[in-house]
Amino acid sequence: MKQYETVIGLEVHVELATKTKIFCGCSTAFGGAPNSHTCPVCTGMPGSLPVLNKKVVEYAVAVGLATNCTITKNCKFDRKNYFYPDNPQNYQISQLYLPICRNGGIEIETEAGGKKTIGIREIHMEEDAGKLVHDEWGENSLVDFNRSGVPLIEIVSEPDMRSAEEVIAYLEKLRMIIQYLGASDCKLQEGSMRADVNLSVREAGAEEFGTRTEMKNLNSFKAISRAIEGERERQIDLIEAGEKVIQETRRWDDEKEYSYAMRSKEDAQDYRYFPEPDLVPVLISDEWLEEIKAAQPEFQSEKMERYQTEFGLPEYDAGIITSNKHLADIFEQTNAICNSPKKVSNWLMVETMRLLKEEDMDVEEIRFSPENLAKLIKLTEEKVINSSVAKEVFEKIFHEDIDPESYVEEKGLKTVSDDGALRSTIEKIVAENPKSVEDYKSGKKKAIGFLVGQTMKAMQGKADPGMVNQILAEILDA
Amino acid sequence: MANVISDETIEYVGILAKLELSSEEKEAAKKDMGEMLDYIDKLNELDTSSVEPMSHVFPVHNVFREDEVTNGDGHEDALKNAPERKEDTFVVPKTIV
Amino acid sequence: MSLLGLTAVEAGKKIKASEVSVEEAVKEALTAIEKKEEKVNSFVTVDREGALKRAKEVQKGIEEGRYQGPLAGVPVAIKDNMCTEGLLTTCSSKILGNFIPTFSSEAVRNLERAGAVILGKTNMDEFAMGSTTETSFFGATKNPWNTEHVPGGSSGGSCAAVAAEECFYALGSDTGGSIRQPSSFCGVTGLKPTYGTVSRYGLIAYGSSLDQIGPVAKDVTDCAVILETIASHDKKDSTSVKREDYDFTSALKDDVKGLKIGIPRDYFGEGLDGDVKEAVLNAAKELEKKGAVLEEFDLSLVEYAIPAYYVIACAEASSNLARFDGVKYGYRTGEYDGLHSMYKKSRSEGFGAEVKRRIMLGSFVLSSGYYDAYYLKALRTKALIKQAFDKAFETYDVILGPAAPTTAPKLGESLSDPIKMYLGDIYTISVNLAGLPGISVPCGLDKKGLPIGVQLIGNCFEEKKIIRAAYAYEQTREFLHCTLAD
Repeated sequence: MKQYETVIGLEVHVELATKTKIFCGCSTAFGGAPNSHTCPVCTGMPGSLPVLNKKVVEYAVAVGLATNCTITKNCKFDRKNYFYPDNPQNYQISQLYLPICRNGGIEIETEAGGKKTIGIREIHMEEDAGKLVHDEWGENSLVDFNRSGVPLIEIVSEPDMRSAEEVIAYLEKLRMIIQYLGASDCKLQEGSMRADVNLSVREAGAEEFGTRTEMKNLNSFKAISRAIEGERERQIDLIEAGEKVIQETRRWDDEKEYSYAMRSKEDAQDYRYFPEPDLVPVLISDEWLEEIKAAQPEFQSEKMERYQTEFGLPEYDAGIITSNKHLADIFEQTNAICNSPKKVSNWLMVETMRLLKEEDMDVEEIRFSPENLAKLIKLTEEKVINSSVAKEVFEKIFHEDIDPESYVEEKGLKTVSDDGALRSTIEKIVAENPKSVEDYKSGKKKAIGFLVGQTMKAMQGKADPGMVNQILAEILDA
Repeated sequence: MANVISDETIEYVGILAKLELSSEEKEAAKKDMGEMLDYIDKLNELDTSSVEPMSHVFPVHNVFREDEVTNGDGHEDALKNAPERKEDTFVVPKTIV
Repeated sequence: MSLLGLTAVEAGKKIKASEVSVEEAVKEALTAIEKKEEKVNSFVTVDREGALKRAKEVQKGIEEGRYQGPLAGVPVAIKDNMCTEGLLTTCSSKILGNFIPTFSSEAVRNLERAGAVILGKTNMDEFAMGSTTETSFFGATKNPWNTEHVPGGSSGGSCAAVAAEECFYALGSDTGGSIRQPSSFCGVTGLKPTYGTVSRYGLIAYGSSLDQIGPVAKDVTDCAVILETIASHDKKDSTSVKREDYDFTSALKDDVKGLKIGIPRDYFGEGLDGDVKEAVLNAAKELEKKGAVLEEFDLSLVEYAIPAYYVIACAEASSNLARFDGVKYGYRTGEYDGLHSMYKKSRSEGFGAEVKRRIMLGSFVLSSGYYDAYYLKALRTKALIKQAFDKAFETYDVILGPAAPTTAPKLGESLSDPIKMYLGDIYTISVNLAGLPGISVPCGLDKKGLPIGVQLIGNCFEEKKIIRAAYAYEQTREFLHCTLAD
């Protein structure tokens, strides 16, 4: 069989973290009653007119600067015309001819450990559509315009990616940058970051690109990986069978692991873009650009540097913790309370990572509060609980965000460090295990481990292991 | 008539504009559009190669709102004129099959 | 003379002096409407109850000193493409036949803040697309001077209502001549301000880059007072311009000494009716007698304005009117099979022929493969037309010409030949493309007894110059009331 190369470009939509919509003063908050966050502008009432939210421009420019784009000093909005009920005006205000950012790119690390630049063709500002709820049994769909007019940026990459791994690495990098900027929370599951995948295949070594398809409805990194694999196979099968790939938009069904064509005679895909006459051009002066630059928060490289100098974390640890803004935020917030950077870092690097892996979760899904982790660290530092109990309590914090102090109290998990109580238990254990005592005395010093274990078991794990060791040694060596 | 509008073109524009024309209307539309385009072709007499397209007549720019919530619950106003309403949503024929 | 024979400012003075109550003024207007509507059909909606209730409030407001301006208590009619909260707003279309806005347009709010009383909404060409007010879903409006003739359009209802003296003044909108041409046909004064002077918020858009709201009244003084009231810098309209001054009434001076008036030869060529030509040139001579300096010149590009306009206006309209789809408001067809069938049937049944014609053309010129050839070409032509005006205004203060090539045609004569109808806008359209202010002032009658208007065009933001010239000219003649006026 022939060898094929996959060529992938992405269109990533990111919901910006503004308080209000792009063209009106309605709230962007999630979860309101249907159509409660609406006004004449975002429901397309006759006579209403859009007015641009300044913050949207600033976020878009910030993302453009952070992704090495050239900022378009004189940019304009265009109308994209198409009929759909979630689109109240039946046109979307977007940017085609003069998008705000162009010709950028970001560097990703490849699987082989090398570095590769993924080009960014453009970033443009646009408005989101409303939401359609489909009546499962009836003949209707229901329209809610609460999301209509929520600001988006669309980041269009060059077709520079060659594998699902590169796509994920690009998305993770993009997400990290945008989260660091505070421009969006970039949650795939909640739809505040969405990726459309443009994919084609060509024979290895070919210069011309193959015909591409665009896949929509990808709401997790895993769905993206599966969709890329599935679509790659579908296209190769077509080519091998002597058929042609049709340029079209396809909808990925992650459960069936197959994409479906979204074609219809009524969707001409001829958007008749023209300059939006209701909005005036945006001029971005050098002064404004400098202001936006100056207002940018600390980036990963700066943060990583600071974690090493200020907190004394090893480079490796600082790298992992700052690789995700959410993780770095948890680190800083926790440390601000308990002031033991190395311990906070350890909990995040070891136990948190282990549980995430076990639960097949993303760093973004970490829900526990920094306060509870800080309390846990304090409990261990004060030797109120020992390390094995601490691990058990942390699992509860990780899953349910419990308050460790009251939990330890309720469950009676405090370490027993009362000399008398410990001594009597240990004496009992020693009496019950003459074989081990004999082994120990005959020079097999390792036998003490079994006795420590038996003591901890009898104490239900709550004993201070240091004290157990010390008392045992005293009795045995006496 | 220099511009001859085909049935396919009228059909296609109908899809774009979401207009369904009767056969008489289609014939009339073909004729009207052809004549209008002939008339519009008069613009080709002008050499505009060195002229920038002017979308906005005055050099007004950077008109912004601050990012502050100014609108409250608008659902009653939004739905007041709805042809078909279910609770607080607009009802449309099902968009997916 | 009846009360309705007065200008808005004269009526306002009487109300202020307590010679007439607001309620009396409103009642007289309502009576006139009742008497004349059968013949003229200038209104789509008459808000009898609302107007009478409002009259009492305004009367109280005047007595308490809350309303002190010249228009306080004076009844007005509003073109039916401006949203009025709680009052039917149809754009004379079936598709908006039941639409009740939840907010008022900014121009209307500005009038209300000045104590205006809205009588109702005036008829128009459907979505302002037309030059005769015959494309209205609610039937044609007739010219009060001769009801066998059209009133012009698209603000035909507003102009006919003022001419027939069913109201003291009205608001119209002008995208390609829709205030100036019907003002000329109805023998009233209508002003189209510089683009951006009056907020478009709440004006149901036809061609967004061209639309402007403006006054229709009996004389230039009224127009200046009304403009001063409705003009404002509105943060809800991004294209609204913050002007240096809004005191348009300060230009009401009978003084044109040294004013340089350019007369474009291209406005007096083929296609211009002889009576119109003579009346317009006589108006120019009157101004010359008062000390203005007349000079003929070549404006150029006049014949390219109409094709460029139709490309731009129809393209914008095809997009602006996409929102009328049977989902959120307005007409939805009774029977349909699925979403796209609902869209197509609602729109096809809801829009009239002229609107559909323009939506089709607009969709086509923007479609894939034609955008550069048509739309961009039209935008480049617009730039050239603007340059031509810029050049003219380096030399002249005001440009003078006819508002329309003929007087009002007979009903039913125009719609059969769209291009011929479009040619009727030849003297007004380029003003919209360049965003300039223009005013049409009555300057006589033709042999058939139909009114003729002279148009004065100013450079952008120079309304005061055209107001001054129009006012000075107006002092040379008497206002003519039409036969339906008494």
